[in-house]
Amino acid sequence: MMNDRYQNMFSHLAQNIEGAFIPFVMLGDPTIKESETIIDTLIANGADALELGIPFSDPVADGPVIQRADYRALVAGVTPELCLDLIMRLRAKYPDIPIGLLVYANLIVYRGLKEFYEHAARVGVDSVLIADVPLSESASFIAAANNAAIAPVLIVPPNADDDLLRDVARLSQGYVYCLGRAGVTGADRMMEMTQTTKLTTLRELNAAPTVIGFGISTPEHVRMALNAGARGAIAGSAIVALIERHHKNPDALHTALASFTRQMKAATRLSTI
Amino acid sequence: MNASSYSIQSTQGNFGVFGGMYVPEILVPTLRATARAFEEAQTDPAFQQELKQLLSEYAGRKTPLYRCRNLATHTKAIIYLKREDLLHGGAHKTNQVIGQALLAKRMGKTRLIAETGAGQHGVATALVGALFKMKTRIYMGSKDMVRQALNVFRMRLMGAEVVAVDNGSRSLKDAVNEALRDWSENYSTTHYLLGTAAGPHPFPTMVREFQRVIGEEAKAQILEREGRLPDAVIACVGGGSNAIGMFTDFIPEKNVRLIGVEAAGHGLHTKKHGATLQKGKPGILHGSYSYVLQDEHGQIDESDSISAGLDYPGVGPEHAYLMTSGRAEYVGITDDEALAAFQTLSREEGIIPALESAHAIAYALKLAEASKIPQLLLVNLSGRGDKDVEHVIPQIVL
Repeated sequence: MMNDRYQNMFSHLAQNIEGAFIPFVMLGDPTIKESETIIDTLIANGADALELGIPFSDPVADGPVIQRADYRALVAGVTPELCLDLIMRLRAKYPDIPIGLLVYANLIVYRGLKEFYEHAARVGVDSVLIADVPLSESASFIAAANNAAIAPVLIVPPNADDDLLRDVARLSQGYVYCLGRAGVTGADRMMEMTQTTKLTTLRELNAAPTVIGFGISTPEHVRMALNAGARGAIAGSAIVALIERHHKNPDALHTALASFTRQMKAATRLSTI
Repeated sequence: MNASSYSIQSTQGNFGVFGGMYVPEILVPTLRATARAFEEAQTDPAFQQELKQLLSEYAGRKTPLYRCRNLATHTKAIIYLKREDLLHGGAHKTNQVIGQALLAKRMGKTRLIAETGAGQHGVATALVGALFKMKTRIYMGSKDMVRQALNVFRMRLMGAEVVAVDNGSRSLKDAVNEALRDWSENYSTTHYLLGTAAGPHPFPTMVREFQRVIGEEAKAQILEREGRLPDAVIACVGGGSNAIGMFTDFIPEKNVRLIGVEAAGHGLHTKKHGATLQKGKPGILHGSYSYVLQDEHGQIDESDSISAGLDYPGVGPEHAYLMTSGRAEYVGITDDEALAAFQTLSREEGIIPALESAHAIAYALKLAEASKIPQLLLVNLSGRGDKDVEHVIPQIVL
């Protein structure tokens, strides 16, 4: 059955009074090989789930840090096929960790919806979030996802109205991605705590567990997200910035990633606050 | 498109299967509010009156329809030019920026952002920014800023801030990306004054409606002058706003050929061109499902053209529909052919066309040479060429 991995993770974390720490990295940044060791380090140091990007030439929802990650991977010759091959290897090593994809629509449309989702399911992807397909345009993508037993993940932005919350609660599976603030991805501007009432509404509507992303770059942000009622927090640009800074020096890179991941994970342990 | 049991079908802003609103969720409320405001304005006599008055008194409508005195007179064809180059600002772009700026005011927005390639849309946005006293920021690829330095100065002279975009291909597509990123943060105060009949709904429809005055005027003018409709209407296509503005009123006239001229750059057999409809595949770029130049993995390709305004790997979704439904034809003109037409029109008629419009002129000349029977050809001369002079000096020996 689909979503088992997310359900298992969230219920296991709830038993321990913990939230989920979910790092985002771009697959193939800076190369496929190095990307694999980076993800190994994230998991070894406490990542509860993975949010993984497939590099795209025109990432309109992303700030400069993630744009440069797309660019590094594309220059290294990374293709969607190579990314899915990498996920297959990760799945073999880590049978239980939830793996979500974050992609742009054209990569799915080009491949064909059925083919893309079936391929993703075959290599062990649990969920797919499309940055540039809003709920109002999502019907055929959700149908293709459901047919391949992939959980479609939908976004709740700060300007979401009640209609959108109701539809997201009905359609988003695995988890719900709540934006911590307006704008594009980036660690330069902090998340804003405007989402508390929306998180409450989503819970009342029996939505999938909520996770906050955008502007999460410190352990304090993780605590704020969980205190606001989220079940987890996603950090992307802060991690990708470490990869950008240190990727020519693998020792420094893995030390920095390990330390950052441990601190962020520690902040999810609400029982210790 | 790949055969698939899940074909995508948008529920809003459709042209056949093309169009839609493929944007981050955060932009949907703003786009819907814009669509509502536009629909209301279309039936509001006060709005229409103000628009009409500004188009006339400020921008200089209606523009002349000129029957060429020398161009192609040795052939069986007669070439008419719709003189959008004489519009204030130097191109057809001014028509729709006045419409959108009035709409932005109506929605209570205080700031305008826009992308520009050739700089003509940036100049047009800068002039309405000055006119309506709105803070204006223009995103422009750094490659385009070099080849259109004169327009950068004009924008700044009128008080707009011009921001260089240094990522990707450093041209129009990347400027659109940057404007969308700005908008997703500042949507509550800012209107994104998109410059062409592409992008998410409602832009393709809104820009067409603000540009259709070109074809409406030209149709009436040629009927008055010739007593009949033209045999073919010809316009260049980058994103497609001047072409859709010229075509729209002729679409129901089944005997009038509609011909869109794309940038064939170094040649359609090379990778260096901007012929999205002829060489692209269906895909999603900048908010709509349309034709897109893309590689074998779905990554967006870089386009190439001597004319910055046609240097774009996407195209408006209505053109994709007009092509696939067979109503319009799309052809290519190379850099060299456009440059030759740029000189021919200058010498024959004393009119220096924009390099974009020179593509349409070049194709009209080809049709004229091939005409075996008398033909009336109507060309949209969408902009004037002053902005291109500096750029072409090294390529023309006088």
